[in-house]
Amino acid sequence: MLDRRQFLAATALAGMAAGLAPTVGMAQTGPISTNARIIIIGAGAAGTALANRLVRRLHGASITIIDPRANHLYQPGLTLVAAGLKPADYVVSETTDWLPSDVSLITEAVVAVDAVSRTVDTADGQSHSYDWLVVAPGLVLDHDAIEGFSLDMVGQNGIGALYAGPEYAARTWQAASQFIDEGGVGVFTRPATEMKCAGAPLKHTFLIEDLAEKAGNRSRMNFVYAAPQGSLFGVPIVAEKVRMLFGQRDIAPVHNYTLKSVDAGRKRATFTTPSGDAEMAYDYLHVVPPQRAPDFVLESDLPWADRWVGQGWLEVDPSTLQHRRYPNVFAVGDVAGVPKGKTAASVKWQVPVVEDHLVAAIDGRDGTEVYNGYTSCPLITRVGRAMLVEFDYQNNLVPSFPGVIAPLEELWISWLMKEVALKATYNAMLRGRA
Amino acid sequence: MKELTLGTMVAVFEEIFGRGLFWAMVAIAVLVTLAYLFVLIRDRSVSWKKFLLAQLSMPVGAVFAVLFVQGVTDSSFADIGGPVDVIILLGIALVGAIGMAILVYTLEALIGSRRTQTG
Repeated sequence: MLDRRQFLAATALAGMAAGLAPTVGMAQTGPISTNARIIIIGAGAAGTALANRLVRRLHGASITIIDPRANHLYQPGLTLVAAGLKPADYVVSETTDWLPSDVSLITEAVVAVDAVSRTVDTADGQSHSYDWLVVAPGLVLDHDAIEGFSLDMVGQNGIGALYAGPEYAARTWQAASQFIDEGGVGVFTRPATEMKCAGAPLKHTFLIEDLAEKAGNRSRMNFVYAAPQGSLFGVPIVAEKVRMLFGQRDIAPVHNYTLKSVDAGRKRATFTTPSGDAEMAYDYLHVVPPQRAPDFVLESDLPWADRWVGQGWLEVDPSTLQHRRYPNVFAVGDVAGVPKGKTAASVKWQVPVVEDHLVAAIDGRDGTEVYNGYTSCPLITRVGRAMLVEFDYQNNLVPSFPGVIAPLEELWISWLMKEVALKATYNAMLRGRA
Repeated sequence: MKELTLGTMVAVFEEIFGRGLFWAMVAIAVLVTLAYLFVLIRDRSVSWKKFLLAQLSMPVGAVFAVLFVQGVTDSSFADIGGPVDVIILLGIALVGAIGMAILVYTLEALIGSRRTQTG
C-alpha cells in the first residue's frame, strides 16, 4: 500500500504527465530544413494563425508578414459591441501580441503583387521577392459605393454600420439604443456581393429586436430586413428556419432590394429593385456595404476572371486553397475565391490545409489535407440564445455535436459557447494551438 | 470543433481565464482535492458530522455556480431552449454542489469546529 508521501508524489507525477501529453500528441514529424522565402500578406486571423504554425514546421525559412495595421481585431465580437453587450476594446489587441518572434513584420501597405516575377511591392517603395506567397489581407468594405453615405455618419440620425470596426460598432449601438428608446421603423440591410459572415446582419436584427422587446417598446416599432437575394441565408435549410423565426418575431423580409443610397437628413434609404428604385423611410438603418478584395489584388493577375467579376477573390482550388495558375501562391480567409465562408471558423479550418500543402510543396511532396468548405456561425437569435449553424460547400449541415446540440434550435448552450469559448478558441487558433 | 484534444481544451481554457489564473485555479482545485484525500487518509473514515454540514452547503454551491455562469454571460433561466440546456444547467449546478461540499468538508476537517473536533 502507498504511504502518504508516495501517494502525493504519484499524484503529482500523474498531473505532470497529463500536462505533457497534449504536447506529445500535437507534435508533427520534425521540422523541415529549408531556406525558402515565404511572404504572408496580412496579419489578421488567417495570416497570424498560419505564421504561428509555419514556424513550428519549417527550420531556416525566412517568413515575412506584411500588414500596416497596429491593431488586431477580433471581428466575431463586433455584433456583441453593436448590441451594447461588450465594450469596443473587447475586440482590439495588438498585431504584435500574436506573432512569433522569428517572423519579420513589415508594417507597410502592399501596393502591388507580381505573380510572374514573384515580388510584392509595399507603399514605402520597397520590392520584396518571395518563393511562396500566402495572400490573406482580408477584404475591403466599399462604403463609398453607397451614395450619400460616409462612415462619419455612423451613430447619428439613426445610422449604424457595425462591420466598419470597433469604434463604429460602438457608435452603431448608440444609434440602435436610441431607436430602441424612441421606436419607429428599423431597416436592416445586406449587400449583393459576397460578404463576411452572412449571419451578422441577421444577428444584429435579432439582437435589436430582442432588446426592444425586453425594453417593453416592441409595439412601437417595425422591423424590415432588406436583402438583395431571394432568400435570407445561403444555406436553404437555414434560410427556411430564419424565415420562420422572422415570422414569429414579426420581422418583415423584403427580397431583391439592394441598398443604393442614403439621405440621412430626410431619413430615407433608396434601394435598387427589379422594378426600379424604391424609397424607404427609416428611423434606424443598418448599412452593410458591398465587399471586395483590396485594390492590389484586383490589379494583379490573381483573381478569378470569370467568377465574382469586379470583386477580385483569388482563383484558388476550393479543396487546397492553392492558386490554380500560380502553384506557389495560396489564399486564406476572406480573399479566397471559394463559394462559402468568409468567417473566422472558415479560417480555423483553412489554415491547417494551407499549412499542409505549403509545407509539403516545399518538401517536394503533395499535401493530403482537404478543405470541404466548413464554416460555422453561432447565429444569435436573442441575448442568451443562439443556433450553432455549421455547414459545408454542399449546403449540408455538419454539426460538431450531433444528437447533442441541435443546429437549428435556439439554445442557451450555443450562446454560452459564443460568449465564453469563442474568443478563447479564436485566440488559441491565432497562436496555432487550435 | 475539428480536433477536440486535451491540448486544444487546455489552450482554450488558458485563453478564457489567462494562463496564470487558469493554472492557479487548477492548482487550487488540485490542492483542495489533495487536502480532502489527506483528511480521508488521516482520519481513516468519513466523518458523518462533517459530512452533514458539507451536504447542507451543496445547494448553496449549486445555486452560486448557476448564478455565476448566468452573470458572466448576460443570460437567465428564460434562455433555456432545449433538453441539452437543462442538462448543462444541472451539470453546472452539480459541479458547484460537489465542489462546495468537498471544500466545506476539507476546511472543517483541517480547521475544525467545536461541533466536529471530536470526530
